[in-house]
Amino acid sequence: MKDMLSKQAVSLKPSGIRKFFDLVSEMDDAISLGVGEPDFDTPWHIRDEGIYSLEKGRTFYTSNAGLKELKEEICKYTERKQGVKYDPAHEVLVTVGGSEAIDIGMRAVLNPGDEVLIPQPSFVSYEPCAIMAGGVPVIIELKAENEFRLTAKELEDAITDKTKLLVLPFPNNPTGAIMERKDLEEIAAVIRKHDILVMSDEIYAELTYKEKHVSITEIEGMQERTILINGFSKAFAMTGWRLGYACGPRPILEQMLKLHQFAIMCAPTTSQYAAVEALKNGDDDVAEMRTAYNQRRRYLMNAFREMKLECFEPFGAFYIFPCIKEFGMSSEEFAERLLAEEKVAVVPGTAFGDCGEGFLRISYAYSLDNLKLAIGKMEAFIERVRQHEKKLECS
Amino acid sequence: MREELLTIIERNSRIDLKELAVILGAEEIDVVNELQALEDEGIICGYHTMIDWEKTSIEKVSALIEVRVTPQRGQGFDNIAERIYKYPEVTSVYLISGGYDLLVSLEGKSLKEISGFVSDKLSTLESVLSTATHFILKKYKDHGTILAKKYEDTREKVTP
Repeated sequence: MKDMLSKQAVSLKPSGIRKFFDLVSEMDDAISLGVGEPDFDTPWHIRDEGIYSLEKGRTFYTSNAGLKELKEEICKYTERKQGVKYDPAHEVLVTVGGSEAIDIGMRAVLNPGDEVLIPQPSFVSYEPCAIMAGGVPVIIELKAENEFRLTAKELEDAITDKTKLLVLPFPNNPTGAIMERKDLEEIAAVIRKHDILVMSDEIYAELTYKEKHVSITEIEGMQERTILINGFSKAFAMTGWRLGYACGPRPILEQMLKLHQFAIMCAPTTSQYAAVEALKNGDDDVAEMRTAYNQRRRYLMNAFREMKLECFEPFGAFYIFPCIKEFGMSSEEFAERLLAEEKVAVVPGTAFGDCGEGFLRISYAYSLDNLKLAIGKMEAFIERVRQHEKKLECS
Repeated sequence: MREELLTIIERNSRIDLKELAVILGAEEIDVVNELQALEDEGIICGYHTMIDWEKTSIEKVSALIEVRVTPQRGQGFDNIAERIYKYPEVTSVYLISGGYDLLVSLEGKSLKEISGFVSDKLSTLESVLSTATHFILKKYKDHGTILAKKYEDTREKVTP
């Protein structure tokens, strides 16, 4: 058959992660630091609630937007954490992970030719989702010297007459960067001035290690122009349950609901019942996991300092983003050699945008013992490369 | 720092001091001082090792014994508890709310040794009204550690 495929779909670059995944999968005994999900099991009381809902036979669709009780709990949670109020009946939509919310959020607001500002390095989905929604992605390259935060100047410089939407991916995967209140206030002024929308992906909101996370929706005049995305995967270690949500202005949520209804019907029912329990009784679990991540973060920062590996201190998510420019290799080359020679898997920064070149994403969603083992091997590798360089210099 | 420090060493008392300081984000000397203070205050009362004796060839039997007693005037349960906990084979004694008073755990070499202790020593104490002995058949989880199953990382090795 001629022209079997969508040109748009074909034009999308495959995810840079995929290639690396294939390499690692071939190696049985590789130690991985490449995982983008918590190492904790979902807390038992949450799993138990899911099991109980199955036992009771709650195996039917829920309403399209999600269980009423869950939407109410989401609103309570958002108010408790951020002091921002949403109407559970019209301003909340339960989705299949934060990922679905990104997709339908873009499709609900974009018209052909609309420009979408995407700060990178960042999660792999924003760019393809923008393209499939008819938008034109415009990349803002974040800089290590700003600790990978988005500055007002960078934003201002990227805005044109066609700019419709800014994606705000903080706390950030893969850099671990956060935006503090003053940073958000500065960019909010630019956003208001140019009257653009924001898609704020705050999936890692619970995992910050400096001050409590600040949502852009807390800043004056921002809630009415922001699609807030969050979910259960990272905070409650519930990745496999595939459950997220979007909160935002009613007119946008109405369109998102329509797309969700036609493509998905409703988010998984079992997961929704479990999520109610997570929001009602899960705060202590989150605090416990946050403490454990923070200990590992400190361990890694210290290990990199001792290795003299350049790295800014990340205060969010569970990633650390060291710079490897001194070794004269590309990120991909470095990651491939580290895997081949020491059997340690990390993800090249370029998997999250071209400006990730020269960096690696290292996940600390692993036990301290596992981290120690991997870091020891990484140190041996780095030493070898440095020695080799020295020899070359001498000869 | 106190609560976080205690939580860490409750799980792993052999952790290296330098590493402990790093993961707490504190100076090593402050950690040393805090540990000393916790020991002096009797908050840290010992450093033990968790052993799964099942996996050795050494025979051990443990039991939990519910004990109902008559409290003594002016002494409450303290006196009788002391008489019980002084036996070295007794590993713990708790005063319990509910249907009985003391929960005694006991470790011995054999069933016979434990039943001998209960019938000869425990039941014959004057204020002991009754006992009920439960032998432990299998330990699934002890001190927060799951013994029955090893942790296995089943995640995909690389994910975005």
